[in-house]
Amino acid sequence: MAIEILMPALSPTMEEGTLAKWLVKEGDTVSAGDILAEIETDKATMEFEAVDEGVIGKILVAAGTEGVKVNTPIATLLAEGESADAAPAPAAAPAAAAPAPVAAAPKAAEAAPVAVQSKASPDWAEGTEMKKQTVREALRDAMAEEMRRDGTVFLMGEEVGEYQGAYKISQGLLDEFGPKRVIDTPITEHGFAGIATGAAFGGLKPIVEFMTFNFAMQAIDHIINSAAKTLYMSGGQMGAPMVFRGPNGAAARVAAQHSQDYAAWYAQIPGLKVVMPYSASDYKGLMKTAIRDPNPVIFLENEILYGKTFEVPVLDNFTIPFGKARIWREGTDVTIVSFGIGMTYALEAADKLAAEGISAEVIDLRTLRPIDYDTVIASVMKTNRCVTVEEGWPVGSIGNHLSATIMERAFDYLDAPVINCTGKDVPMPYAANLEKLALVTTDEVVAAVKKVTYR
Amino acid sequence: MATKKPQAQSNVSAEELKGYYRDMLLIRRFEEKAGQLYGMGLIGGFCHLYIGQEAVVVGLEAATKEGDKRITSYRDHGHMLACGMDPGGVMAELTGRIGGLSKGKGGSMHMFSKEKHFYGGHGIVGAQVPLGAGLAFADKYLGNDNVSFAYFGDGAANQGQVYETFNMAALWKLPVIFVIENNQYAMGTAQRRSTSTPDLWTRGAAFGIPGEAVDGMDVLAVKAASEKAVAHCRAGEGPYILEVKTYRYRGHSMSDPAKYRTREEVQKMREERDCIEQVRDLLLSGKHATEEDLKSIDKEIKEIVNKAADFAKESPEPSVEELWTDIYA
Ligand SMILES: Cc1ncc(C[n+]2csc(CCOP(=O)(O)OP(=O)(O)O)c2C)c(N)n1
Ligand SMILES: [Mg+2]
Repeated sequence: MAIEILMPALSPTMEEGTLAKWLVKEGDTVSAGDILAEIETDKATMEFEAVDEGVIGKILVAAGTEGVKVNTPIATLLAEGESADAAPAPAAAPAAAAPAPVAAAPKAAEAAPVAVQSKASPDWAEGTEMKKQTVREALRDAMAEEMRRDGTVFLMGEEVGEYQGAYKISQGLLDEFGPKRVIDTPITEHGFAGIATGAAFGGLKPIVEFMTFNFAMQAIDHIINSAAKTLYMSGGQMGAPMVFRGPNGAAARVAAQHSQDYAAWYAQIPGLKVVMPYSASDYKGLMKTAIRDPNPVIFLENEILYGKTFEVPVLDNFTIPFGKARIWREGTDVTIVSFGIGMTYALEAADKLAAEGISAEVIDLRTLRPIDYDTVIASVMKTNRCVTVEEGWPVGSIGNHLSATIMERAFDYLDAPVINCTGKDVPMPYAANLEKLALVTTDEVVAAVKKVTYR
Repeated sequence: MATKKPQAQSNVSAEELKGYYRDMLLIRRFEEKAGQLYGMGLIGGFCHLYIGQEAVVVGLEAATKEGDKRITSYRDHGHMLACGMDPGGVMAELTGRIGGLSKGKGGSMHMFSKEKHFYGGHGIVGAQVPLGAGLAFADKYLGNDNVSFAYFGDGAANQGQVYETFNMAALWKLPVIFVIENNQYAMGTAQRRSTSTPDLWTRGAAFGIPGEAVDGMDVLAVKAASEKAVAHCRAGEGPYILEVKTYRYRGHSMSDPAKYRTREEVQKMREERDCIEQVRDLLLSGKHATEEDLKSIDKEIKEIVNKAADFAKESPEPSVEELWTDIYA
């Protein structure tokens, strides 16, 4: 019986891909290890190899087809002597066929971020030409523009050059700026973070890419003790104008050591600035500001957001100031405050709540140091209720800090205690069902809003 | 101190040789199956296959005794199979199910077995090196003659904590073997692009740690080197470094397009240096085994791997309560 060849999952975050090119045709004999096709994932073009031997029967998905879902049959493979019309054997059980968990888990909301755009943005003038860009492209453009503008800006990190970035953020930068300014390092975070900090003392403006922020823990001493404190310790004589950037937070199924949100950690440190954007325009405008800033800036990106598309203004010199929150959605019943990937849940929750007649105002903090308290307080004074949303752990969270500030500055305006929606107080589990439960969900945000609005 | 000596020829019986063939084949077939399950979405996240490197861990394990300990990076499936951990338990961990060795909570990169003295499964490049020396510290403290194996890559060999560990391990004469699995690449970085001097086995010289380079595609050469290193450690002479020259056939992880090397380079290695083919040739040419014998080994392995995959698919996901367990002892 013919075997179905299925669209493979080729990255932790891949749900669908483009079947770029077939390297075999119907009737070709293949053996295990032969390349069948080129498939574009969310990150890269991958070669897809045969795992069984046989003859290619029918090609079911034509080259150039976009949006082919993982596990869709793309071709049939025949055993020797079989006809191409042989009925394909049912494909091996897809992931969805996993047996039910021992105890039923509450169904977590599917987290497909919606790229909603608020009507008015204070960041650019009405009528500005806009274009669609992914977060990944916006970040790359921001770095390239600043590197063109200032010869002392350089990028350093693991796989940023020849590999074009582990997450393809630095795509094309080596070609344009050469190996003097786009520097591949060994896997030595503590060492190169220290060297970059020293280079910043010496008059350069380094951008240090951590492959992910999990690995910045190797370098945390230099980030905090060397970069953040030198300006103060030197009585203002010298500091570290530099950016530490990279993906932060959970990706998908990469387990405890590779999934954590450092927002609250870095936000605690005087001397650092901390940025954690959500939309592509914010990634762009805030990265440009970060590179120009005379202080060490922690720029927390998100792997799941890298591939999301947003509207970005077409402007020559587009920057966004630190310390200015953005109101994504105006509302009257409750204020939802979030940042980074948390905005995905906040905005989704606001949509669901609107359908039930609850009007939520959604604020994206964008920068965590400095924080735009005024915008939050003004909103809470209007809605009298607040829910915060973040992916990090609950103890000592950004939400905790906002709650305290709201209590101090707007206590009399509150009609309900502030609720902090956070990730669960556990290391990130690998199992798919547990991972969903460990993360903050849209449904939890909806439930929290109902609680503070007494619905 | 660090001198490169000619590799001793290890005396092995036909049965032992067949055993190594079997163990290496189990790893290869297991990894191929894992790659398949990843493509089907049954395994998620990062999944680093060991295909090509099988002779390293099989050769090293050949010189161990009960009580010896091992620790490695995220590229850990081969190490677990080689020290006798259950293939079903490993595969079910890859699919994130309750029957997995970490109850589905660790995944591909994080598995452990107290029973088999396997201490993980570590995701942070280089972190297992001081941990491995710590295992040796405990054995020395407790006064037994166990040896610990700390496996790490050519990329990891540049991490600072490796050298802090070398110093202490030599200073305190810890019974630890530092096994550098030099597969020539750290993700997309060829070793020459990251490393100022290519001979990693010499890097203990500054600390007085002897070391040698070993052909990691030849399981017998690895075994001989392992025996020598183990004897050194068990005799209380302190740490030893083995730089095992090997090669990974697949991408760094399942999502690596591997554009940094040519297909020809990989193909050449596979065709000319493959560790399993070498032993197969040795078995057949020395008339230690017939084609039939090897076919029956292949069949046995296929059955083990299929059974492991079935178990990994059928084992249920962990219960919701598991989210909250094992955080504190
Ligand atoms: C501290 C740290 N930095 C970066 C990474 C990302 N990373 C994972 S594996 C890897 C390459 C390691 O190469 P090597 O040590 O040669 O081992 P191999 O993968 O070849 O077995 C990198 C950069 C990490 N996991 N930890
Ligand atoms: Mg390597």
